[in-house]
Amino acid sequence: MEKRVLFKGWLLPLVLIAPQVLISAVFFFYPAAQAIWQSLFIPDPFGLSSKFVGLGNFEFLLSDPFYRASFVTTAVFSLLVTLCSMIPALFLAVIADRLIKGSGVYRTMLIWPYAVAPAVAGVLWLFMFNTRVGVISWYLGHLGYDWNHVLNGGEAMGLVVVASAWGRISYNFLFFFAALQSVPRSVIEAAAIDGAHFWRRFFGIVLPLITPTAFFLLVVNVVYAFFETFGVIHTITGGGPQQSTTILVYKVFSDGFVGQDLGSSSAQSVILLVVVGLLTVVQFKYVEKRVHY
Amino acid sequence: MKTKMLGLAAVSTMLTPIAAAAETEVQFWHAFTGRLGELVAAQVDAFNASQSDYTVVQSHKGNYSETLNAGIAAFRAQEQPHILMVFEVGTATMMAAQGAVRPVHEVMAESGATFDPDAYIGSVKGYYTTTDGDMLSLPFNSSTPVLWVNRDAFKAAGVDPDMDLSTWENVGTALDALKAGGEDCPLVTAWQSWIHLENFSAYHNVPFASQDNGFAGLDTELMLNGPAQVAHLSAMQDWAKDGKFIYTGRRNEGGANFRSGECALFTESSAGYAGIKAEAEFDFEVRPLPYWKAVADEPQNTIIGGASLWVMAGHEAEEYKGVGEFLAFLSSSDVQAQWHQDTGYLPITAAAGDATRAAGFYDENPGTDIAVIQMTAKQPTANSKGLRLGSFDQIRGIIDEELEAIWSGDKTAQAAMDSAKSRGDALLRRFESANR
Repeated sequence: MEKRVLFKGWLLPLVLIAPQVLISAVFFFYPAAQAIWQSLFIPDPFGLSSKFVGLGNFEFLLSDPFYRASFVTTAVFSLLVTLCSMIPALFLAVIADRLIKGSGVYRTMLIWPYAVAPAVAGVLWLFMFNTRVGVISWYLGHLGYDWNHVLNGGEAMGLVVVASAWGRISYNFLFFFAALQSVPRSVIEAAAIDGAHFWRRFFGIVLPLITPTAFFLLVVNVVYAFFETFGVIHTITGGGPQQSTTILVYKVFSDGFVGQDLGSSSAQSVILLVVVGLLTVVQFKYVEKRVHY
Repeated sequence: MKTKMLGLAAVSTMLTPIAAAAETEVQFWHAFTGRLGELVAAQVDAFNASQSDYTVVQSHKGNYSETLNAGIAAFRAQEQPHILMVFEVGTATMMAAQGAVRPVHEVMAESGATFDPDAYIGSVKGYYTTTDGDMLSLPFNSSTPVLWVNRDAFKAAGVDPDMDLSTWENVGTALDALKAGGEDCPLVTAWQSWIHLENFSAYHNVPFASQDNGFAGLDTELMLNGPAQVAHLSAMQDWAKDGKFIYTGRRNEGGANFRSGECALFTESSAGYAGIKAEAEFDFEVRPLPYWKAVADEPQNTIIGGASLWVMAGHEAEEYKGVGEFLAFLSSSDVQAQWHQDTGYLPITAAAGDATRAAGFYDENPGTDIAVIQMTAKQPTANSKGLRLGSFDQIRGIIDEELEAIWSGDKTAQAAMDSAKSRGDALLRRFESANR
């Protein structure tokens, strides 16, 4: 049974939602509409002339095997970033939740990486794994492993995933930690008295109770992996080697802002918009069924 | 004395705004930071001090791509600068933007400033000149690839550092000997597409693209999968497989490896001079870029990289006069000679090269003239005048990807270049249809 609050009249609700509608219109609907409109043209960079091509830009993109391959790259990348940022975050939050002393310090330290901008995080990780001066690649070399993300696509992907997930762990940690704190102690204590050990309690009680948070983070992290990681990729690999780290949003950036191909770049944004829209629908339709509010 | 200076400074500060108001302002956007940024600022200050009719205001707008983007965005908002620095890769984009730019030869003719197109070095100006010989943009900073040699690394590996490295055949022998002598990094490169494909093609007088490398029309197709290029890349692939050629990245990452003394040979721009001279703690030397004896009896000329200055449309006639005066000032042989000596970039006029030689600079800094000789020894052909391809920044990205497939052994040189051709041609067709 859903609860409904009824307002009398329509002026007050309209005024209340107006700011949000306005912000969405200016920062979302208008640019999205512009992107859809521009995706139908091949303009020259200076805006002097523009040629209507209908769906020509989409045809050009989808007939390109390298663009289609970038969907797979994006899927792998987003999945890995989401997993690598959520699982460690949950683990750290569970540990922090059990701390009695010093949890404030621990918490603060864990949140720090979130303050680091993606591009800066990219440079930090690049330094550690630099094939020539990197600390970690140097150690790996001593262990007999020849680290070379400049030519090895798998290593490059691993590196951008770690660099993208790293700062995100803090963000996820914060939410998981808050969720864990809100799990009623009495339920856990009752289970403990019944003889359930820690992991049994965690999987049987705690995890189901924090699924709303986990679901929220899943959606947010997928969107993050799709849209906000191009700074990391730009600084670490530039989409290479070959095309092993060229995710969809990076291609939007490089075709639009480096290649000056605004038509193709707009068409790619529209495709990306559709993909993320579909993904969110799927998440809400199927994954949310397993969420207990 | 000090008080007097301060007093003068105060007076000049008070006077400047009034003086500036009477002068015509010329906006100049460029992509230089650090030492190069200071040198550009010094040129601008010298021009402003030399006359009182115009004030050039220089501003830094990010790296090459960002500067071009800033110029384009500003044009769309009708706030474009008078002069915009555009890297050589953006040349076709600017050329196609008729209505957004004004050809330099036209601006110079109208402004009445001194301008002699013949004074500029052919292979430098050729890149920015129409097939009819009209100069479209003023070459500003131009460099060309050369071979850098770490003599100490040669000696350490027991290889004679004075050996002939003028051909790739000989370089191959040197790489074998270096590797056998325990050198871990016999060869690195910067800007792989620029050096090992674009310049390689010009240097061996084979086409990189049809229609005179794009100079003769937009309906150009890549020809980088020819036998000469494939043979070179196959040799490089073998060297990469044996650890004789070390791949470090798409840009100039290899510079760090060379400057630290780790690598024996380095193919890089002549403009790498300042950095190598400042950092290298070993005995280094500049040699001409090698060529394949099997492909050409003697090398043609290399082509340039760098940027030129474009004059943007939509300003007052009076301001264009100022632009003309400023460009003439930049081309004057004193300014050019100084720029050439300070930066390692090529002089854009023959007179500036001669002045540098007369001043004894080349004798004091051996090897700094190799780039000039390499560019000017031969009259450029249709294959070595330069490249004029639309979407070239993206095409270079494609070439980088395909070259990585060669170095990692995933593809043969032929397969990779065939793929680069078909992918690049698709972009060229797009550019053609956008600019027809």
